[in-house]
Amino acid sequence: MSNTPEKQPGDPKTTGHSWDGIEEFDNPMPRWWLWTFYATIVWGVIYTILYPAWPLVQSATAGVLGWSTRANVQQEIVEFEERNAPLNAALVATPLEDLSKDPNLQQYAVNAGGAVFRTWCAQCHGSGAQGAKGFPNLLDDAWLWGGTLEDIVHTVAHGIRNEESDEARYSEMPAFGEILEPEEIRQVVQYVMSLSGAQTDDAAAQAGKVVFEDNCAACHGEDGKGDVTQGAPNLTDAIWLYGGDEKTLTETVTYSRFGVMPAWQNRLTEAQIRAVSAYVHQLGGGQ
Amino acid sequence: MAILDKHKILETNASLLLIFSFLVVTIGGIVQITPLFYLENTIEKVEGMRPYTPLEMAGREIYIREGCYVCHSQMIRPMRDEVERYGHYSLAAESMYDHPFQWGSKRTGPDLARVGGRYSDQWHVDHLRDPQSVVPESVMPKYGFLERRKLDGKYIGDIMATNAALGTPYTDEMLENAEADFRAQADPDSDYDGLLERYGDKVNVRNFDGQPELTEADALIAYLQMLGTLVDFSTFTPDASR
Repeated sequence: MSNTPEKQPGDPKTTGHSWDGIEEFDNPMPRWWLWTFYATIVWGVIYTILYPAWPLVQSATAGVLGWSTRANVQQEIVEFEERNAPLNAALVATPLEDLSKDPNLQQYAVNAGGAVFRTWCAQCHGSGAQGAKGFPNLLDDAWLWGGTLEDIVHTVAHGIRNEESDEARYSEMPAFGEILEPEEIRQVVQYVMSLSGAQTDDAAAQAGKVVFEDNCAACHGEDGKGDVTQGAPNLTDAIWLYGGDEKTLTETVTYSRFGVMPAWQNRLTEAQIRAVSAYVHQLGGGQ
Repeated sequence: MAILDKHKILETNASLLLIFSFLVVTIGGIVQITPLFYLENTIEKVEGMRPYTPLEMAGREIYIREGCYVCHSQMIRPMRDEVERYGHYSLAAESMYDHPFQWGSKRTGPDLARVGGRYSDQWHVDHLRDPQSVVPESVMPKYGFLERRKLDGKYIGDIMATNAALGTPYTDEMLENAEADFRAQADPDSDYDGLLERYGDKVNVRNFDGQPELTEADALIAYLQMLGTLVDFSTFTPDASR
């Protein structure tokens, strides 16, 4: 047990109660702390007057500053839209074929389009537009639906094989598993592989040529070079959307493919669609 | 001061202090929470909202089960950068049939409040199976098992009834046809007129995962493809006081 120290004459008052002989000094709060506490109360009251706060019967008080999140974001968006308005108007007004004749506008379109691409397109086509299995590479010269600026604008605006736009690019390859015998499919796959110079079973490929002419040439062409008006890929360029090995091609012929791209006309503005098309067009393969 | 002397009664009586503390917290809570139920500018009615279809509801359950909300938010904040990236900022009314809402609190992945229609179904299948195959820089885990887990919709009516008890306006007809609607939405060859009649023409009816069986992937993709698509923002006028 420790000894309770004697009270000194200068000690503060105690709180007046005592447990087992232990008493508590009644020191006042530090002044800085107390005044800070009062200041926060005053600030709280001022704050609720300035900003929306007190609930009343129909609505809450609006606050004398008239602050509104929705109004603020709207104002900010409008501000940037107005800054770009002349450029966007020019972009929409300029015929697509004349876009490259105006270097300023072209530069704006490519930069703005790059931002649109990275926001809306990169998830499927890759952040570098390199594509992925089932999602076309946009850097090369191969175009499924045409690589002119006008073609690209149409594809971006209306998409491919979707239900949103009546003008969406549309074609559907039959699932030849229901039409051809497995042996015929093997043969036509060999033939298709031979078109781009892959190592094949020559006899089967020879037989596959007949199958190809009867079943595939209507869309992919007699020479297998494809047809951009119906999105039929060129089979001779060794550029494959889903893969050019025997297994993948057998799968493609048997079950067919049905790649879908959303229509962007309702999500992007006309200027944005033209900008992103200009961006894609200049990536390397634009026609 | 007299009132400060009275305060001493509270400070020296623990039970009384506890009771009065609860009283203060209760008043604070009532003042903050109650007005939200009657103030007009906190209750915004928007056109287009409908309860989840049975298949979407199942997808939502899977979304919650897999903890998607841990990395994905469903809340586009009213800021220019978010609106530019994700679309129109989220409205409170868009979560009106969410029990519980999926706003989330952290974005390791992107916000999903308006992911509906942004990608093709095939993209979702590829992406759930192997996210890095389409987005090489992604850190999302693989969810390929979803397309191997079949669903029969046996309990979907119960889940919907629970939501109805919480206030979602499911009609008796919707609850009775829950299982049929559940299967119809993933089968474009089925008779899905009843489904559209009950939930609206905008409901996506597709074989979402491209497989003949109805799987968890179908349900999850059906849910993702409708997120944020219900309100037509071309007809929406924001009221600045909200």
